[in-house]
Amino acid sequence: MIAQFFVLSQRGDNIVFRDYRGEVSKGSAEIFFRKVKFWKEDEEEEAPPVFNVDGVNYIHVKIAGLFFVTTTRVNVSPSLVLELLQRIARVTKDYLGVLNEDSLRKNFVLVYELLDEVIDFGYPQTTSTEVLKSYVFNEPIVIDSTRVPPLGPASMFMQGTKKMPGTAVTKSVIVTEPGGRKREEIFVDIIEKISVTFSSSGYILTSEIDGTIQMKSYLTGSPEIRLALNEDLSIGRNSSSVYDYRSSAGGAVILDDCNFHESVRLDSFDVDRTLSLIPPDGEFAAMNYRMTQEFKPPFRVSALIEEAGQLKAEAIIKIRADFAASVTANTIIVQMPVPTYTARISFELESGAVGQTADFKEGAKRLEWCLKKIVGGSEHTLCAKLTFSQESHGNIAREAGPINMNFTIPMYNASKLQVRYLHIAKKSPSYNPYRWVRYVTQSNSYVARL
Amino acid sequence: MAPPPAPPQKSPSPSQPSGKSEVSDLKLQLRQLAGSRAPGADDSKRDLFKRVISYMTVGIDVSAAFSEMVMCSATSDIVLKKMCYLYVGNYARCHPDLALLTINFLQKDCHDEDPMIRGLALRSLCSLRVPNLVEYLVAPLGAGLKDGSSYVRMVAAVGVLKLYHISAATCLDSDFPAVLKSLMLTDPDAQVVANCLFVLQEIWNLEANKSEEASRERETLLSKKIVYYILNRIKEFNEWAQCLVLELVAKYIPSDTDDIFDIMNLLEDRLQHANGAVVLATIKVFLHLTMSMTDVHQQVYERIKAPLLTLVGSGSSEQSYAVLSHLHLLVMRAPMLFSSDYKHFYCQFSDPSYVKKLKLEMLTAIANESNTYEIVTELCEYAGNVDVPIARESIRAVGKIALQQYDVNAIVDRLLQFLEMEKDYVTAETLVLVKDLLRKYPQWSHDCIAVVGNISSKNVQEPKAKAALIWMLGEYSQDMPDAPYILESLIENWDEENAAEVRLHLLTAAMKCFFKRPPETQKALGAALAAGLADSHQDVHDRALFYYRLLQYDVSVAERVVNPPKQAVSVFADTQSSEIKDRIFDEFNSLSVVYQKPSYMFTDKEHREPFEFSEEIGNLSLGQEPVGNSPRYDESDKDLLLSTSEREENGGPSTNGPAASGYSAPTDYNSSLVSLSSQTQSETAISDPGMPKYTSQMTLAIDDLLGLSVSAAPAPPSLKLNPKAALDPGTFQRKWGQLAVSISQDCSVSPQGIAALTTPQALIRHMQANSIQCIASGGQSPNFKFFFFAQKLDGPPLFFLVECIVNTSSAKAQVKIKADDATASEAFFGLFQSALSKFGVL
Repeated sequence: MIAQFFVLSQRGDNIVFRDYRGEVSKGSAEIFFRKVKFWKEDEEEEAPPVFNVDGVNYIHVKIAGLFFVTTTRVNVSPSLVLELLQRIARVTKDYLGVLNEDSLRKNFVLVYELLDEVIDFGYPQTTSTEVLKSYVFNEPIVIDSTRVPPLGPASMFMQGTKKMPGTAVTKSVIVTEPGGRKREEIFVDIIEKISVTFSSSGYILTSEIDGTIQMKSYLTGSPEIRLALNEDLSIGRNSSSVYDYRSSAGGAVILDDCNFHESVRLDSFDVDRTLSLIPPDGEFAAMNYRMTQEFKPPFRVSALIEEAGQLKAEAIIKIRADFAASVTANTIIVQMPVPTYTARISFELESGAVGQTADFKEGAKRLEWCLKKIVGGSEHTLCAKLTFSQESHGNIAREAGPINMNFTIPMYNASKLQVRYLHIAKKSPSYNPYRWVRYVTQSNSYVARL
Repeated sequence: MAPPPAPPQKSPSPSQPSGKSEVSDLKLQLRQLAGSRAPGADDSKRDLFKRVISYMTVGIDVSAAFSEMVMCSATSDIVLKKMCYLYVGNYARCHPDLALLTINFLQKDCHDEDPMIRGLALRSLCSLRVPNLVEYLVAPLGAGLKDGSSYVRMVAAVGVLKLYHISAATCLDSDFPAVLKSLMLTDPDAQVVANCLFVLQEIWNLEANKSEEASRERETLLSKKIVYYILNRIKEFNEWAQCLVLELVAKYIPSDTDDIFDIMNLLEDRLQHANGAVVLATIKVFLHLTMSMTDVHQQVYERIKAPLLTLVGSGSSEQSYAVLSHLHLLVMRAPMLFSSDYKHFYCQFSDPSYVKKLKLEMLTAIANESNTYEIVTELCEYAGNVDVPIARESIRAVGKIALQQYDVNAIVDRLLQFLEMEKDYVTAETLVLVKDLLRKYPQWSHDCIAVVGNISSKNVQEPKAKAALIWMLGEYSQDMPDAPYILESLIENWDEENAAEVRLHLLTAAMKCFFKRPPETQKALGAALAAGLADSHQDVHDRALFYYRLLQYDVSVAERVVNPPKQAVSVFADTQSSEIKDRIFDEFNSLSVVYQKPSYMFTDKEHREPFEFSEEIGNLSLGQEPVGNSPRYDESDKDLLLSTSEREENGGPSTNGPAASGYSAPTDYNSSLVSLSSQTQSETAISDPGMPKYTSQMTLAIDDLLGLSVSAAPAPPSLKLNPKAALDPGTFQRKWGQLAVSISQDCSVSPQGIAALTTPQALIRHMQANSIQCIASGGQSPNFKFFFFAQKLDGPPLFFLVECIVNTSSAKAQVKIKADDATASEAFFGLFQSALSKFGVL
């Protein structure tokens, strides 16, 4: 089983180090860090999450710029350990409100307390924030979350939408508010990561949505909640016909597959698409789903690159936002690799462009176009003039691209999966906790080929 | 806990204290506070303790403050206590004398009225890891296991394991395992049950090779009673305990098919769990349970596809990597089942390169007639990728697909287009592929050579690619007008060529070219041989010398040796043997799958499961094909070592030899095998008791093989084989992976046969005449290995697959048969034997 657990900073310092079984030498953190830092095996530049050095298996995840690592000499289940590492990070975040190097350093004694209960002699015991509450006695030292750069998918709500209590998501589940009373509230976030690949002619080659209904509960007294999804939601497609893009009549949402948190009861799910659960404390994914059904991609991307005289070429990138004007996408980054022999690029932004920058990343041989905001329905164009240091041999389009796009669109979801209502069992007539249902769509891999 | 040498006193950054003076400062302050009852003393202690622990964390040795820390630990502040326990646990082992100081207060805390304190104290007490203090552990542990609080019992159960690791004898003598066992079956708290279970598992696993009793106990854990008891409570366990329980269930050997379906139905909803570890553990159970039921096994594959793909999409990239590795394993085992899901394995922009690599391998594996076009088109997109390693990998993937397809037309065109991209790494990879393609499809030489001829050797730098180009220059020198001159210029630069591989190829290519175009090449060959003879690399030198002497002896002999007519390669050797793949599959849901290596290759002996496959056996080159697909058949395997280890891994009911298990049939089988191969006249019943009617006939067949009654060899009239049977290697491999062994038999080969078996081809031709086709063969005297197949003549296309290992020195052949229709395999075996017996006789 697990021999050691440790958290390393980006520079390789131990923030916490717990040895459970005394089977692996204490130098393991240093061995691990050196190996990851200078990884050069199998032509890969990035260390895989699992590797073996001299009979010791190092399993790690990177969270908030920190390495969460375990070592073991046993042939364990990698999934078990990786899930456990993620969960340890999540529990820590529930306690500290914010998970980063600073908060961990300030609270390392608390983290040791947690680790004592989460793992005993290498065997996982519990990762439930609720259960752990009764074993952990240190009070978290909460760091000022307003100074913290936003991390994680939920933090995106802090930008833009003013209705949202920005600090709520970075609030410790454990600490009571200065007023002495905890605010009763629950967050339900529908987070969708979308992947789309457009062919050079703009046709959709592949598309997929990986979604999560993530909850974070600050409710006391364990009330039961019911979460109702689209009534016409159906699950499971004929596996032989994956990717047949028949348009779904009536806009029914068809998920390929989904899974649920263990607290979720599905008694009436088949009847009325309702999940019922008593939400455990802290943050957890109530449901994960995957959809390959045809959907309307939020952005249309088209690009053109042509030779324009000797040692010159011109690239035009166009983006059209195919969503309602009431919705605004933010922090959009468009990247396009250019031929390696590109020496210079001059850009022409559209007239009157605000919050746009375009840049030639010479080291990475890539052009980068950043837009602060894109309002639904609008269209944006970038024109780039490339100068080459040598003559291109043949097809420039093969030497450049594909275009990749990163974005976040709050209050928008591509799958049309909706929370019809969120019902919280009442403890008293006056009990009316805050409930926040929020949608967000993020790009996972949004690629347009040239 | 600490390694033997104390951690070095280092100061990694200026902000961190270097040690010594700070430690003595801390000691002083602690001593001042030790007896203090002043208000606020606890707060100052907390601060000091924190500093001590933070030094400990960064690796500064603060053990010098041990006695001061213990002095300060007399407190009711639970946070302080915990910090003190942590400290003590860290240093007790290297300061056993000081550890004694802590026993007192820990023992006292074990009687505290707060169950939390009792639990914490017990945990710390057991974590001291000081051998001469074990006597102090027994009583508190015994009390802890009976404690009214489930928290304390939970801690105590793990405490037993800790005690076992400090002193196994004390643990066993105190009879703790028996207590744990009864606790496991009665405790109302699921976590206590789970802890008892894993502690018992670990203890019995470690004890099993020392005592009979322990191995019996270990099997009891896998008994129906315990497995069902735990399965029925599965929803009470938390997700981690569920993983553990499922790992146990995967080793359970079901008594009948109802048993299998009951368990699967019970666990069905676990496949919908958000925790990937639970899902994978469940899948392992499903796969292992249905191993012998081909249809259901295939259904399981279909069922688990969607949940696995969902897990790949959700969670962090690390988590999806672990899941994807398992998906990769399944895809490699049964590519056909995934052929319509190929789009899921397209690389995404955000995928880390280790994920992309797995996906490329999967795409290569599942490419078939229906999807090759799309897959190759996609792969060609990656070839221009900015990520060079992935671009290379994609080109290799295209090449591999070309090698496994019948219709390579379009693919060859695309490969040739790669050469036009004029990126050196693309050219390099493509050259290597074109070479392999030509070895398999010589008919393409015309098109390829035309393009390859245009490549300037100056643009090719990578040794592998250069070697490939040179090979083609030699092999096709008659079609490439410039070949002798290109070779000549390469030979001129002999000294600048660093890679021995390239120089070796140069020698051979010069020879080949010389045989075809002597006047043009003579000079170059002379230069090459001279350079080779002067070469400092042993192999290069030897090859040059060998060629030189050959030429001196007789040029035509030299040509026959160096450039004989070649047959096209039909199948390139797989890098991983099927036994290794099966071994990895048996270790599903473990690191083996991620590393793509069985565990004996990366774990130390002491950390292996006690009966895991030993590397000595695993490395036998011509080992037995493990019957790995079906653990229960392994029990019948002739190779006792292999089968035992296999069986133990699967929690077989006995350690050695026959046992009273539900699987009595294979045991009979085993004895029959031994007698058949040792006492040739044996009349023992054969294999499966379900088909006793073939017994007498079998015996006849064996006699026949020994040349006793050749003419009487009665082939069952019912079975006729199709003389024109055809099966492609991919399908063969897939079938071989899916089907269970229906017959595994040793037989003898006649002396005439042995004499005729100078090359594998002799036997292959002979068997072909008997409508049994060879799909692959290999080996060198005295060991030859063959894979044969045959097809039933009438009715639906039913295939028989045979693995046959012949050892000419012992005159024995080992035959394993897998069949689409297992009931016909006895009859086929008769045919096969009669054919084998005639080999060399006629």
